Amino acid sequence: MVITINGQELDFDKELSIQDFLDKKNIKTNSVVVELNQNIIYSDKYSTTWLTHKDKLEILRFVGGG
Amino acid sequence: MQNDIFEIAGKKLDSRLFIGTGKYASDSMIPDVCQSTGACVITVALRRVDFNAITDNVMQHIPSHMQLMPNTSGARTSDEAIRIARLARATGCGNWIKIEVITDNKYLLPDGYQTAKATEILTKEGFAVFPYINPDLYVARDLVNAGAVAIMPLGAPIGTNRGLRTEEMINILIDDIDLPIIVDAGIGKPSHACQAMEAGADACLVNTAIATSENPILMGKAFAEAVRAGRNAYLAKAGGTSQWASASSPLTGFIRNHEGQS
Amino acid sequence: MSFYSVFEQYQKIDIEKIIGAFDKHAVLRSLNKNTLSIDDFAALISQSALPYLEQIAQKSHDIFRRYFGNTIQLFTPMYLSNYCNNRCLYCGFNHDAQIERYQMSLDEVENEARVIASTGLKHILILTGDAQQKATISYIKSCCDVLKQYFSSISIEIYALDTQGYENLIQSGVDGLTIYQETYNTNLYDTLHPTGPKKNYRFRLDAPQRGAEAGMRNVTVGTLLGLDDWRKEIFFTALHASWLENHFPETDFSIALPRIRPYYGSYQPEYQVTDQDMVQMIIAIRVFLPRCGITISTRESEFFRNNIIKLGVTKMSAGSTTAVGGHSLSNTRHNQFEISDKRSVAQMAAYLENNNIQPLFKDWERF
Repeated sequence: MVITINGQELDFDKELSIQDFLDKKNIKTNSVVVELNQNIIYSDKYSTTWLTHKDKLEILRFVGGG
Repeated sequence: MQNDIFEIAGKKLDSRLFIGTGKYASDSMIPDVCQSTGACVITVALRRVDFNAITDNVMQHIPSHMQLMPNTSGARTSDEAIRIARLARATGCGNWIKIEVITDNKYLLPDGYQTAKATEILTKEGFAVFPYINPDLYVARDLVNAGAVAIMPLGAPIGTNRGLRTEEMINILIDDIDLPIIVDAGIGKPSHACQAMEAGADACLVNTAIATSENPILMGKAFAEAVRAGRNAYLAKAGGTSQWASASSPLTGFIRNHEGQS
Repeated sequence: MSFYSVFEQYQKIDIEKIIGAFDKHAVLRSLNKNTLSIDDFAALISQSALPYLEQIAQKSHDIFRRYFGNTIQLFTPMYLSNYCNNRCLYCGFNHDAQIERYQMSLDEVENEARVIASTGLKHILILTGDAQQKATISYIKSCCDVLKQYFSSISIEIYALDTQGYENLIQSGVDGLTIYQETYNTNLYDTLHPTGPKKNYRFRLDAPQRGAEAGMRNVTVGTLLGLDDWRKEIFFTALHASWLENHFPETDFSIALPRIRPYYGSYQPEYQVTDQDMVQMIIAIRVFLPRCGITISTRESEFFRNNIIKLGVTKMSAGSTTAVGGHSLSNTRHNQFEISDKRSVAQMAAYLENNNIQPLFKDWERF
């Protein structure tokens, strides 16, 4: 299945949860905020939210800014 | 030392210098700058995580006592600003949000109309909205009506360090708008910040001038002192009689001199 | 669009309480602003402003000089007729007052004009009571035809007219309108004006606007000080003047500050207005409304008038009488109110000049 993550199309053969993806990329849960198909997903739901074909996922965090 | 506390959006701040986290040569300087400036409020931006680059998380460098003010930089419309604001709040950082809606990439000037739209909606959702705008009286009035907690007029376009090019217009806002005025953008030198505070601004936001200086920690200290100096000067003028001092031949002396006359 | 819609909003608020809540910081903050709002004005007329009167006066004097120069315009009132159908409780021309009623003939008007003109005055204010069948528009127009031969500016202080009425008089040479709301307190207004055309509060309130719409060059508003708490009254007066200035930028507006004087009758003012109060009003108005004229009449004493000429006052009457034909007719008729400063025009002018204020006799030419 193809999932667009941070604007990039990525291919996955196995289904995965948001938590799975974060773990895979070594991203600490508490350092990001996640938006799935324009809806904010809170961290307590990361393990139980499964990604499906054509989902658009945004993973953001704070960076330096003025 | 007087207690000049800046009360805003439910917080009591003992510093009127707000700082940013952008453009530092190294984010590891940030904690020392927080200390040297004595700042209470610090801005951050929200961006996509880059999976390929292993970068530091700026949040690691921000002392936990600081009040975070995420900005909506990157937003070109009110909808985008609203989206970013909601995402920022979802991190658990609090409800402060600086609205920055910039459609023009050349001068980086904010869009007042989009900003006002976003302010109204976000205020209703419980955000403490700090809108960044051109110093325009009518835009500012719209923002007052929209429920903003402060107005953040620019001194000069972002990053130009040109100082208070918009001084006249900022003075009008200080006079006419009943919200705190936080001068943001364009402050290049501590003297600019001092000038803004002396004129009656409630606070200054300084990012580029500190982050890109040769010695951000020392420059941070300079800005903190400048903001304090300007503020004290303003308070001294307001509380005292320096502008309209009693003359030796008073205009109103006749009232007291002539008792019983009424 | 009418001032009434703004007035209504403020009527719902406890103005006295709000004014009473200002502290010294609010006063100083308001004083140091470049452009003041009505809220800043309220701070300046509050009790907390009393320790700062001298400072406010200094700013007021500075604004006065910059906007008006070191000048004060002189004028005198001419009472054409004292017939009146109103029974205003506070007025000497009250319909029930046992006084001799008189209306000058055109010859007498001309005579009166000649006497006044000989003093050098070029600005005249003509007054009548509220008797539209007697002191008709036609009569007033005829008087104006006479008066414009002697004076370059004619102002009227008569019963409230509609816009067409004002346009009509403007065609005969009138360029100024003076009309006092007397009190902005609607309940008190009702009590003080038991019968007669003047009872209509709203009609009177909108008169300055109609005058401006008709094309009056000058419009003066005011309240009779002493009827109600002065802070409330002056708040609404300034609010009114400010609204008018914002809506009619081509018209010059003024605020007159008539303080109730005893007259041949029985009405005693409810409130005392002290010299200090008057000073506070003058300087607060000047600072809030830099362009607005301020008129002080000969109701006030010589001592008081001498001491307020630097505060920001722009118009003063002189050589006044409030009796019909009082300048020229030998039989002394009853006065509307007692004059206090009885100095002649020449004496008033001399006093001003000796104190570095130029007395203006003529500030306008009809074309």
